[in-house]
Amino acid sequence: MTTFPYIEMLYLLLPEIIITVAALCVLSADLTFLRKASLNLRTISASFLTCIGCALSAAWILHTPTSIHLAEGMLVVTPAAQHVQIALLVITALASLLYAGSTFTEHVSEYLSLMLLATVGMMLLVSTQNLLVLFLALELLSLSLYVLAAFNKSSTRSSEAALKYFLFGGISAAFLLFGFSLLYGLSNSTDLAVVASSIHTAPLDPLLIVAFVMVLAGLGFKVAAAPFHFWAPDVYQGAPAPSAALIASGSKVASFFILYQVMAVGLITAADSSAHHSYASGWAPAIAIIAVLSMLLGNLAAIMQTSVRRLLAYSAIGHAGYMLLAILAHTSQSFTALLYYAITYALTVLGAFGVIAIAEKQTGGDTLTDFAGFSRRAPIPSFCMLIFLLSLAGIPPLAGFFGKFYLFASVLDATPGSLGLLWLVILAIAMSAVSLYYYLKVLKSIYVADPPADAAPAQTSILHQIILCVIALGVVLLGCMPSLLLRWL
Amino acid sequence: MLAWTIYISFIGAAVLMLLPKQAARAARIITLLTALAGLALTLATFAAHPSGELITITRTAWVPSLGLEYHLAADGISLTLVLLTGIVAVAGVLFSWNVERRANEFFAFYLALIGGVYGVFLSFDLLLLFIFYEIAIIPKYFLIAIWGSTRREYAAMKLALYSFVGSAMVLIGIIAAYVVSGAHTMDLAQLAQYPFSVHFQMWAFPLVFIGFAILAGLWPFHTWAPTGHVAAPTAASMMLAGVIMKLGAYGCLRVAMALFPRGLDPWGFHVLGFGSWREVFALLALIGIVYGAMVALVQKDFKFVIGYSSISHMGFVLLGLMTLQQIGLDGAVLQMFSHGIIAGLLFAVVGRMVYDRTHTRDLAALETMHLSKVIPFAAVTFVIAGMASIGLPGFSGFVAELQVLIGTWHSFPAFVLIAGAGIVIGIAYTWRAMQKAFFGTPDNNAVSTHVSCPRITLPERLGAALLLAATIVIGLYPQLLLRLIIPALHSPFFDGLLKGSVR
Repeated sequence: MTTFPYIEMLYLLLPEIIITVAALCVLSADLTFLRKASLNLRTISASFLTCIGCALSAAWILHTPTSIHLAEGMLVVTPAAQHVQIALLVITALASLLYAGSTFTEHVSEYLSLMLLATVGMMLLVSTQNLLVLFLALELLSLSLYVLAAFNKSSTRSSEAALKYFLFGGISAAFLLFGFSLLYGLSNSTDLAVVASSIHTAPLDPLLIVAFVMVLAGLGFKVAAAPFHFWAPDVYQGAPAPSAALIASGSKVASFFILYQVMAVGLITAADSSAHHSYASGWAPAIAIIAVLSMLLGNLAAIMQTSVRRLLAYSAIGHAGYMLLAILAHTSQSFTALLYYAITYALTVLGAFGVIAIAEKQTGGDTLTDFAGFSRRAPIPSFCMLIFLLSLAGIPPLAGFFGKFYLFASVLDATPGSLGLLWLVILAIAMSAVSLYYYLKVLKSIYVADPPADAAPAQTSILHQIILCVIALGVVLLGCMPSLLLRWL
Repeated sequence: MLAWTIYISFIGAAVLMLLPKQAARAARIITLLTALAGLALTLATFAAHPSGELITITRTAWVPSLGLEYHLAADGISLTLVLLTGIVAVAGVLFSWNVERRANEFFAFYLALIGGVYGVFLSFDLLLLFIFYEIAIIPKYFLIAIWGSTRREYAAMKLALYSFVGSAMVLIGIIAAYVVSGAHTMDLAQLAQYPFSVHFQMWAFPLVFIGFAILAGLWPFHTWAPTGHVAAPTAASMMLAGVIMKLGAYGCLRVAMALFPRGLDPWGFHVLGFGSWREVFALLALIGIVYGAMVALVQKDFKFVIGYSSISHMGFVLLGLMTLQQIGLDGAVLQMFSHGIIAGLLFAVVGRMVYDRTHTRDLAALETMHLSKVIPFAAVTFVIAGMASIGLPGFSGFVAELQVLIGTWHSFPAFVLIAGAGIVIGIAYTWRAMQKAFFGTPDNNAVSTHVSCPRITLPERLGAALLLAATIVIGLYPQLLLRLIIPALHSPFFDGLLKGSVR
């Protein structure tokens, strides 16, 4: 047996180490020489430190493009994973900038360092194919997110959200761990590639079925797919806006990445053991059912919502349904489509939460009536919201449209010669037609409804507006020129 | 050069968004200049390309990994409809000269809408066409929901959802065609040459056709149209009836029929006892003609009369398409142009000249005002537009509808009689509306209305003159457009359609 490659491992983990150091820097800077400064200055300087950390880490990743499979899949770095890591760093940086100027907590450095630790979790998550590391990374991410959700201590909603998130998360972690241990028992390895090669049995082992149901339940929770979605509306509604933004965006990207890895790398043979496209066996039917449930429940329940945050939560469940189709197809093209979709979706949702934060600061709420006439009080954030919501609805030429198009095309392409998955794509497109209705409802409130008589122009910081404009520009650019992102994935 | 019609519209919209709120006057002028520039570019192209052959405007790789191209081109059909858009766009600005409330936003949405429409007519990459098609939906929603009248929010949402459901159907068809062809291209010309299996075309054709036809006002998917037209502000209803409905018809011809010609008439295929999809859709178009006309006949609201007459006239477009005869197809395309101009004019008279002055569209109330004395210009315009609408010789509607009827005679002889009845009812409702709105009995109580009624303004006169000139010029010399349309229909692009089916 060869010695464990510690040095190489450390070298390859440098991006994660940089972020961890950045977290410590943020913490110590705030606790030492920024102690006496105003809250506003503290948040701004801490988020700039966060951004610097993210930028350094991203620069390192760009500087050392590599492709490696190390120590039983504990560290698997591929170009796609590296680019997803960069995307995650960008998302964290943007989320931390959206936090700049927030007043919901005094504990600035703790908040941002937790955000950075969550990012480390996400980065580890996309660079591993080992069950054990995967679980550890997932817990690092989850624990940070639970605390981030609870951070607004003056709000009972925030505590309730965090509690729900924590309880559901704990149960799902248990499921996941149980599933993983069964997989380990079946294959004698924690490396997904070895798992894949050793569970190759013609009739499915009943234990294996239990294992992937458990794994699916655990990961289904992370991506908020129905029926594992119950936490999402409450967390989206209760958590402070930057936390909700990170939960809705970054953690989604990482979770979908790893869901794909587990399904298409680790359990691929189970799926293909008997012609999965005919839905005879394997995990494909289970994914198909979850996808259908998510699309229907998410989009139909979103219609009824009056809180914009809850509306986004239900729509997120619907979007998870679309993304599951890519996992169902599990071709390399559908993987690219999934990543494109997840990243652009994350960017869009991040922006949407940025706008919600402004509206909440102004009106104290996030219901449709709070948004009435928002376009006349805050024209620039409103216009950004228009772009974000239309992108989520899949209106071209925004990123959301191209994401959907590419995703659906790749899903249909997965079954050459036949249109076996066509019915799912038809359902998805039909549901995105439904989604236009509720997104338009929000836009109607913003643009059509008259503002209350006593409404004053919204006070928004220049920084916040610039960030929103940058995100909106990104959404437009990625929609008009998808090649910008596609050639990286 | 023609590509700039798209770009300047969007640039204009962006500029308007950046203007200060109070600059309504500047917004109007910028919009007018933008629209005029678009029209000028179109006319220049017209002069430079006297034949209807395909001219490539720009073609570059867009998403190479998926084989998507940024491919703008124009043939005679596109040119005709681009010209229509240019004319109606200019007239629309002139008829919105009085918009004061949130004027910048109004004109920004208006220009974005126009940019989207130009884009559809000029795109020869299927996905690009679809993208522009969708771009045209959203501004419509806001134009109606913010600046509309009668149940505006309901009408706007209904219109947006109908359009989006239609485009969802189209999207399914496009993706399926893209995947099934396996050619990894969205180039319309290439896909039109691809021999899709009859089995595939059999379901893809109706899917895509209905998807587009919803926007063309095909009965029974038309119900968004009257409510949308009535609720929309004048310029938007001019664009809606004049141009947006043509987007649907254009999509039917350019995408559904050109790509899946066998789907029209799959051999030995029967739907509910009909010989083919072609007969089904021809029948629906026919029902639309008669139904639209009959409903228009009993309307109390002036704008609803015009709204339903649009359904009826668009029925002729779709009927012409379904004839699959050279002359019927020519007529259909010409009818798109003709109806665009005439409907634009009628909506301008009703919405801007009459409603904005009298604040009522109730025919019974208008009857007491004797408007021909008060605003004679509006009355004269409506009389001429009405004559054009019922298809009197000398106006563009006559040439177009005549060609459609001749084509129908060859394909579905029995339908001619019923379509003819539609024309007769058309005379009746136009006559009735004209009589009630402009030549009613004066009522002494309404004298005050007379006094307060402002004169017809210069922009309105210019707008009306532009549209009247267009319908009369084409009516007297249809060759001007037919010389473009006929060669375009004979291009290899429509090979499948004409080879397979024209008898």
